[in-house]
Amino acid sequence: MDVAALRALQSERLREVVRRAYQNVPYYKQKLDDAGVKPADIKSIDDITRLPFTSKDDLRDTYPFGMFAVPMEQVIRLHASSGTTGKSTVVGYTRQDIATWAEVMARTLAAGGTHQGDVVQNSYGYGLFTGGLGAHYGAELIGASVIPTSGGQTKRQLQILQDFRSTVLCCTPSYALVLAESAKDVGLDFQDLPLRVGFFGAEPWSATMRQEIESALHVDALDIYGLSEIIGPGVSFECLQKGGLHINEDHFYPEIINPETGQQVPDGQPGEIVFTTLTKEALPLLRFRVRDLTQLLAEPCPCGRTIRRMRRVTGRSDDMLIIRGVNVFPSQIEEVLMGIEETTPNYLLVVDRKPRGMDELEVQVEVSEETFSDEMSRLEALSSRIQNEIENTLALRVSVRLVEPKTLERSMGKAKRVIDRRDLGK
Amino acid sequence: MTTIQISVFLENKSGRLAELTHALAEGGINIRALSLAETIDYGVLRLLVDKPKEARSVLAKAGFTVTETEVIAVEMPDQPGGLAGIVNLVTRRGLNIEYLYAFVGQRGQNAIVIFRIDDAPAAIAALQEGGAHVLSAAELSGI
Repeated sequence: MDVAALRALQSERLREVVRRAYQNVPYYKQKLDDAGVKPADIKSIDDITRLPFTSKDDLRDTYPFGMFAVPMEQVIRLHASSGTTGKSTVVGYTRQDIATWAEVMARTLAAGGTHQGDVVQNSYGYGLFTGGLGAHYGAELIGASVIPTSGGQTKRQLQILQDFRSTVLCCTPSYALVLAESAKDVGLDFQDLPLRVGFFGAEPWSATMRQEIESALHVDALDIYGLSEIIGPGVSFECLQKGGLHINEDHFYPEIINPETGQQVPDGQPGEIVFTTLTKEALPLLRFRVRDLTQLLAEPCPCGRTIRRMRRVTGRSDDMLIIRGVNVFPSQIEEVLMGIEETTPNYLLVVDRKPRGMDELEVQVEVSEETFSDEMSRLEALSSRIQNEIENTLALRVSVRLVEPKTLERSMGKAKRVIDRRDLGK
Repeated sequence: MTTIQISVFLENKSGRLAELTHALAEGGINIRALSLAETIDYGVLRLLVDKPKEARSVLAKAGFTVTETEVIAVEMPDQPGGLAGIVNLVTRRGLNIEYLYAFVGQRGQNAIVIFRIDDAPAAIAALQEGGAHVLSAAELSGI
């Protein structure tokens, strides 16, 4: 599709989605009225900057279904992000939305050469998390043979890789390295396997990690990007050129803004990415602030696709961490700790990625002077209680380290709560 | 009849124990007995000292996390079976020992064992009825 035709399509779809959001979502009607914008003001895609932003807070304020634009009878699927109810975001899909999702994921997988006859081992988690089912429907639409292994059970995954002759792998990049490491332990050489390409996403990774995965697994390792609010995986994808991620911008219109001012910046300049869902029925989002930092690349890709690309995400404009595909806000951990009287609300999160391993989150917690017990069994029980309560809230297993009171750094005003030791640079 | 034990939460960081012993020395505190329990990340140092109150304030001032715990100090014969006999007095009453440690004191032919038991009064009664000598704080600091 040439760029002019694409812009015309985007303009038409934007008018339509703004009209639907305004008519069917009272929250959006209010928001647009407050901003002094009428759907009729939106004539072309360039008018998008007149629209107010949507944030995760909006979804939280309207939890669970307050921003749905269709009656529940038309919603055939619900997914949710992890988190306490207050922080969790719920997303819904109509039958058409599920078809759109399958379409954009099929494009994603096809860009890496996936075709009918391929055996796709899908090791993204199935469940409330969008990764598993998103990749599943895309691969089925292509007509590939899908193995819904879901995450975990590494030995079994390796067995299936061997026995089912999987040619395509979908999982998080850190899990790809776990597979590589375990394969070594059992004497399995990926060179002897027909595995050809891997689609790795749901967490940030680096070019160094790509090299590691490619040399260990003997595959093309492609970055895929998505988030449940917009649709799940399938928002953008790398082609085999590996020069940035093509955005399915006929469905998800991207903008880059200056996170401080909210002003749109031209293609090529770094900033925070914002998406508008042009076709989503159940949960249309206008100018959703993702908080991921990247830039748009407008120049044509050697692969021939005319849709724009975004650079690999280099960071975030808020304090959200992504650990093994789970979104973690430090404030969620704080809330858990506030509920445990034996600790002080002072904590430090240390994120690390062991060489060839998964991301690990260590929560350092100060024991409180008033309630510290000198019985080891009680201290151990306290650690595991913290660990379990965090797991209940985030659906993420963390390690807990008790530290002496007043040892965690306190700066004037905002304390430093996070140390990220992962190498997520270029 | 219980004795005040000072317990300190210590992270496993090099030099931390040295800092602690230094603070006690500066404060003129004499350590009578100690035990250290540890995990990979941290440990708990339990101390019997001649001046528990002073020790606590000295350590708190030096930035340590300190708590006081009531423990029971009991004499036991310094010979094979000595500890077994004492432990039996407590456990046959169904009392649970959280932890214990012993030291060979200079009190006749006897060694001393320190118990941490939740129900201290019941434990003391059990020990005394069994003929064991429970040391008072004064006796202990006299050692």
